[in-house]
Amino acid sequence: MINKTLNKKIFDTDCEQVPIRHGFGEGLLIAGERDERVVTLCADLTESAQAYMFKEKFPERFVEIGVAEQNLAGVASGMAAMGKIPFITSYAMFSPGRNWEQIRTTITYNNRPVKIAGSHAGISVGPDGGTHQMIEDIAIMRVQPRMVVLSPCDAIEARKATIEAAKTDTPVYIRLAREKTPIITTDETPFEIGKATIFYEHERPEVVIIATGALVHKALQVAQNLEKQNIGAIVINLPAVKPLDEKTILGVAERAGAVVTVEEHQIAGGMGSAVSEFLSQNLLVPIEFVGVKDQFGQSGTPAELIEHYGLGAKGIEEAVHRAIGRK
Amino acid sequence: MSALSDKEIKNLEKKASEIRQSIIEMLVEAKSGHTAGALGMADIFALLYFHALNHTPENSHDSNRDRLVLSNGHICPVYYATLAHRGFIPKEELMTLRKFGSRLQGHPHRDFLDILETSSGPLGSGLSQAVGMALAARMDKNPARIFALMSDGEQEAGMTWEAGMLAGKEKLNNLVAIIDRNNIQIDGFTEDVMPLEPLADKWRAWNWHVLEVDGHNFEEINNALEEAKSIHNRPTMIIAHTTPGKGVKEFENKYEWHGKPPTKEEGEIALAELRKHD
Repeated sequence: MINKTLNKKIFDTDCEQVPIRHGFGEGLLIAGERDERVVTLCADLTESAQAYMFKEKFPERFVEIGVAEQNLAGVASGMAAMGKIPFITSYAMFSPGRNWEQIRTTITYNNRPVKIAGSHAGISVGPDGGTHQMIEDIAIMRVQPRMVVLSPCDAIEARKATIEAAKTDTPVYIRLAREKTPIITTDETPFEIGKATIFYEHERPEVVIIATGALVHKALQVAQNLEKQNIGAIVINLPAVKPLDEKTILGVAERAGAVVTVEEHQIAGGMGSAVSEFLSQNLLVPIEFVGVKDQFGQSGTPAELIEHYGLGAKGIEEAVHRAIGRK
Repeated sequence: MSALSDKEIKNLEKKASEIRQSIIEMLVEAKSGHTAGALGMADIFALLYFHALNHTPENSHDSNRDRLVLSNGHICPVYYATLAHRGFIPKEELMTLRKFGSRLQGHPHRDFLDILETSSGPLGSGLSQAVGMALAARMDKNPARIFALMSDGEQEAGMTWEAGMLAGKEKLNNLVAIIDRNNIQIDGFTEDVMPLEPLADKWRAWNWHVLEVDGHNFEEINNALEEAKSIHNRPTMIIAHTTPGKGVKEFENKYEWHGKPPTKEEGEIALAELRKHD
């Protein structure tokens, strides 16, 4: 059964679609209104990384850094040292892609509560091609001590994640997608950093699908299809790759006895890896990974790319059958 | 901060010599670490902590204290020794440098020693953080002044250029950067490894007020710091010409001493030479 707090029109063809990054922009504005310590730094992508709303409202708390992502991280660290809560915004490929060491040395090693918003993550960036499709960001951010890693599933969750990130005293990475994707959640859907939520639950589950980001919508579609085939599934929305909600994951993995992870990211080092690192130490259970298989992206429509790299409904369903078959 | 009297200069010379002696003792005991740059910056550290900075053991965590950002973290023996002689940390602790459990990590880490404003080591990262501090201080009308210390080798780092451009664009008059222009880096002389000249022109082009001083002349350095206070529309860059290994003839101007410590015997010779001037 689908979580009652989710968008009622979730499976309708006219389900509202909004870019996840837009929810970040709204959340940033709200965070800025609630706390005057919030400042925003941008690296020449104010419009597309959605910092323009904050910039218009709080020009005195906005800093344009230019195409200089290493500096973006370091300047934010310095502002945090003076008591600010800096959000740094760019494309995920450039921040944290280009400035990983600066994030490590000046932000996490220094324990500064800088919030890193990486837009245009995933292959669904589309026509821009592989240089702009960041599919390694979860791996390189979750490996840094102290870093919280969030990957919201829709614009509403991105808004909540941004507001909550501003309240924490830790560094946070927020992964955002460019394209319009279905609105899955509502204002009532619970969100807490470090908590996973059951979005779909069959009373006799044979598999649990743990998904993060926009692909949560595909996972829910698959669960519905499976039900028609008399295969019960649980779908977990995992917006926090770190810290991992170990209790929820262990509980559903024990109940279902087979696990499939779904993410728009390299399989190596991604959310599935995080889940697997935890489960392999606590439960003997088959795990299948839906993600990019050690490849780079390319130009195409988001739908074409999701299909080509095996991240769509077909790829998820095949992984479900493999996982159940390995029980 | 103000002009220096002869008595103050004498006192600073004494402090700098004591700091240098501690550096030698620390490095001999640690058996690893960076000698040349640490000795070369002792005069500037003495002037900053015994005269120029509004940062004392009494106000060490006040929000409006001056901030010193050490970008080239490898010269930290001079930083730790100065903090000890100024009373921020016990002098005995200096002998724990680079040892397990010590607050005095091989490169500064503020997790271990919270007096430090930043952690550092990877070159090129300090000026950006200082720029961020200066921006935040200006937003908050905080009178704190931000001092960034850099090596000349890290003028080769792209991140330093990025930070330099931003500081100039933002006209950060509460920011003073000092380059330790000692002409050496690990692989050799800077002008062989990667020519930096004309260095002053580069910073002028980014809208910095640039001054060049003898980094061992207290009056010159102090005058430059005083002049920086009167510059209202630009950050100030002080290029301090220093002698790496300063104070110990055997170590001076030899890039081989960038990254190694003196042996016990070399240390004794160095200490004897430094004590001669006490």
